Amino acid sequence: MSLRTPLARVRGLGSAKEGVAHWWAQRVTAVALVPLTLWFVISLLFMTHADHETLQAWIAQPIVTTLLVAFLFSLFYHAILGMQVVIEDYVHQEGTKFVSLLVMKFLLILLGGSAIIAVLRIAFGG
Amino acid sequence: MATNTRPLSPHLQIYKPQLTSVLSILHRATGVFLTIGALLLAYWLVAAASGPEAFEHAQGIIGSMLGQLLLFLWTLALFYHFCNGIRHLCWDAGYGLDIESVYRSGRHVIWVPVVLTLICWIIAT
Repeated sequence: MSLRTPLARVRGLGSAKEGVAHWWAQRVTAVALVPLTLWFVISLLFMTHADHETLQAWIAQPIVTTLLVAFLFSLFYHAILGMQVVIEDYVHQEGTKFVSLLVMKFLLILLGGSAIIAVLRIAFGG
Repeated sequence: MATNTRPLSPHLQIYKPQLTSVLSILHRATGVFLTIGALLLAYWLVAAASGPEAFEHAQGIIGSMLGQLLLFLWTLALFYHFCNGIRHLCWDAGYGLDIESVYRSGRHVIWVPVVLTLICWIIAT
């Protein structure tokens, strides 16, 4: 085994250069989600007894469509970043970690994508 | 190697739970729980786009006892993650990092979400 310290082994290799990007994206989506979540929750409060047509008419308003897409994009992006950290922290076996990350990302992108497409279909009268 | 059997820090089993550590793990737990909620939000929107019958079915699930209980817990988790998230953003900006402020803001993120959740459910029902 090597007697060199872990620090000595990585010194000079440079950073992976993407740690900050993940951290920063998590904060940017968090900041975006502050007003978007408030708007979404307050809107839903007035829609609790709404029927299908009322809900569709609400979603189809241009501003609502835009804000909903922005909300869903930020929400699922934020969820992917957060779940990634949780999996990386608690799943220690490399293979299982890799597969968990892949499945989590596929699932959230697929469902986030379908949520956004659902909003757009209602908006464009699909 | 003898060094491999040494306990690692943080060694959760022997740590006394503190307000700071409990709120921190709660932020993660609510985050994971809210991700599951996001999947149901996606289902609800897809159902609304699929037609009246699919939407009725989704509304039926949400309106059931279990659906309402989950929705209540999601409201609470959302407001906690929301308030504690703002607390984290303040720390990132360099504010409120001294021990006294950390505990004061920590106490606030316990009662504020409860009040906000109750207000929401009183308005909604």
